[in-house]
Amino acid sequence: MDGVASASPREVVDLAAAGVRSLNALLHERAGPFPSVEVLHPMGQHNVAVGAVRAFRVEIRGHVGYYAAAMNQEASIHIHGNAGKGLAENIMSGEVQVFGNASDAVAASGHGGLVVVHGDAASRCGISMKGVDIVVGGSIGHLGAFMAQAGTMVVAGDAGSALGDSLYEAVIYVGGRIESLGEDAREEPMTAVDRERVAGLLARARLSPPLPNVERFKRIASARSLYHWHAGQNRIHG
Amino acid sequence: MPRAPLEEHHSFPDEIRAYIEQAAETGLYDIRGLGAKRRLPTFDDLVILTASLSRYPLEGYRERCTTETVLGTRAKNPVRLATPITIAGMSFGALSARGKEAIGRAATAVGTSTTTGDGGMTSEERESSKCLVYQCLPSRYGFNPEHLRLADAIEMVVGQGAKPGGGGMLLGQKVSARVAAMRTLPEGIDQRSACRHPDWTGPDDLAIKIAELRELTDGRIPIYVKVGASRVLSDVKLAVKAGADVVVVDGMQGGTAATQQVFIEHAGIPTLPALRQAVEALEEMKVVGDVQLVISGGIRTGADVAKALAMGADAVSLGQSVLMALGCNRSSPADGHAVPTDVTPDYEKLGTVPGRCHHCESGRCPVGVTTQDPELELRLDPVEGARRLRNYLTVMTMELATLARACGKSNVHHLEREDLAALTITAAAMAKVPLAGTSWVPGQ
Repeated sequence: MDGVASASPREVVDLAAAGVRSLNALLHERAGPFPSVEVLHPMGQHNVAVGAVRAFRVEIRGHVGYYAAAMNQEASIHIHGNAGKGLAENIMSGEVQVFGNASDAVAASGHGGLVVVHGDAASRCGISMKGVDIVVGGSIGHLGAFMAQAGTMVVAGDAGSALGDSLYEAVIYVGGRIESLGEDAREEPMTAVDRERVAGLLARARLSPPLPNVERFKRIASARSLYHWHAGQNRIHG
Repeated sequence: MPRAPLEEHHSFPDEIRAYIEQAAETGLYDIRGLGAKRRLPTFDDLVILTASLSRYPLEGYRERCTTETVLGTRAKNPVRLATPITIAGMSFGALSARGKEAIGRAATAVGTSTTTGDGGMTSEERESSKCLVYQCLPSRYGFNPEHLRLADAIEMVVGQGAKPGGGGMLLGQKVSARVAAMRTLPEGIDQRSACRHPDWTGPDDLAIKIAELRELTDGRIPIYVKVGASRVLSDVKLAVKAGADVVVVDGMQGGTAATQQVFIEHAGIPTLPALRQAVEALEEMKVVGDVQLVISGGIRTGADVAKALAMGADAVSLGQSVLMALGCNRSSPADGHAVPTDVTPDYEKLGTVPGRCHHCESGRCPVGVTTQDPELELRLDPVEGARRLRNYLTVMTMELATLARACGKSNVHHLEREDLAALTITAAAMAKVPLAGTSWVPGQ
């Protein structure tokens, strides 16, 4: 395989030579050792490190395009650059860290694991999340956690408009300013359990110091007023 | 002097006044299941020009006429079917687990594919279905890479004929503990399925999304793109450009488990013109034979299938008619009992009668097909349901082959537009098929 060093347990994949197919095929191998994989020259390519199936450790040196680390299972993937749309979308488990900024739809529909963006994240961060935990060291754009179902999102900075629109059971914590809340999202009192939850996620995220003060976070959750439409009354045609 | 007859108000017939009454009284709109009920141009408005002196027929019961169908021919592992009649996506949640199992058993027996639906893949469905298409829907409920890898094809759902652009819903009465757990939602809530995908917007993004799914599955299996029929010409071209191996077009007669009536009856275009536009799109893109076309939305008979194939479809997909084969709208369910059980009173509780029911949304399906109620669910016996559905699919396939042979074709995929004539000017214009007895195609 061009560009892929065969030595195990450490692999180096040069995407300029090998292409994403080689990297992804490696990450889909279910047997063998758990190599550390260093990925060079990603150059904004899409679909880098998609669908890892085991506890690989992947270090990506540079910027990535859409769907980096998507549908990850168990692997720990670090991106030393910025990430395009759909970072870690539908992540099931493991950890994805971006030491830079991320575009739209971070961890969209993520079912589990932890996703950390050390910089800012754009719109729809955490959209449709289903159990993933997300930590953003900077700020997020509009419609954060839209229709978010489960999991926790911690934003150390500010949040854009319509935060938490149509929330289900996911919970959002914001350390900075919230431009506006979306439909059915409401601020609720922070409890000791909430503060512990935020502190725990900030610690797991390994943000660069100084860590944000847990005391300044606000808790946003669903008012649950959209859970029922009383549509059972809606039948008149035979 | 005789009294003038009481005149019916054509702008305000009974059903419109009932609609106004409901809206005025309750402030709510109607939500229901199944598809458009109003009269639309359909395949019934076409006829097949079988052989005579100018064409040479094949012997109807003896000579071979293949129905084998291959979808996703560009993939490493295309979908190989014994019939061009496939089963459309219907979710576990909308349907009972026993309903999904019956469908899987029947599809496997006749050699065709089934499709998952919103809410993910159940073990019963995977085990009972030899060929299973896994849908990627905007909600991503239960979406799991391990299930993707178990699939025989992936269907990226952009829209549905009953509600193009409208998203979906599953009312709380059907969100059982199991359904809720699969969808990561609280039990019993009215559950909304988004109308847009969370991680892509538009055809350029879709191309990257399709590439991602290929990466995840190591390029083994075909990727379908399903669109609800509205701007079909453009949508099919964009799906092809984005990399679809198979395009599925769902006309406005296509069904749903629960959607606003206003969508079902007023959004999108009928299956007949949708199919013609989809074929034109593939022809203009010069991908006929490379990208396969599946048409759905109100396909009911072997004749419908023959006409669809003659117009240029590679396969059809069935939803509502499958439910009817399983017992939908019958007075007695397919429960496997020797003596039929009359469930008419349960239809009456829904304010309807057998043959007129569309209350899939209620979760109170009298025949146990579209329910999560543990007692109602038992009214469908998966073995009996599978037997009935297998018979139905077999009859349709035999009818299709019979018509193809009568047109002189040894392969049902050799049926062509030249084998068709239209009975109405409307159908002639929509299908671009000559009006029967003429060579006139409106607009040409």
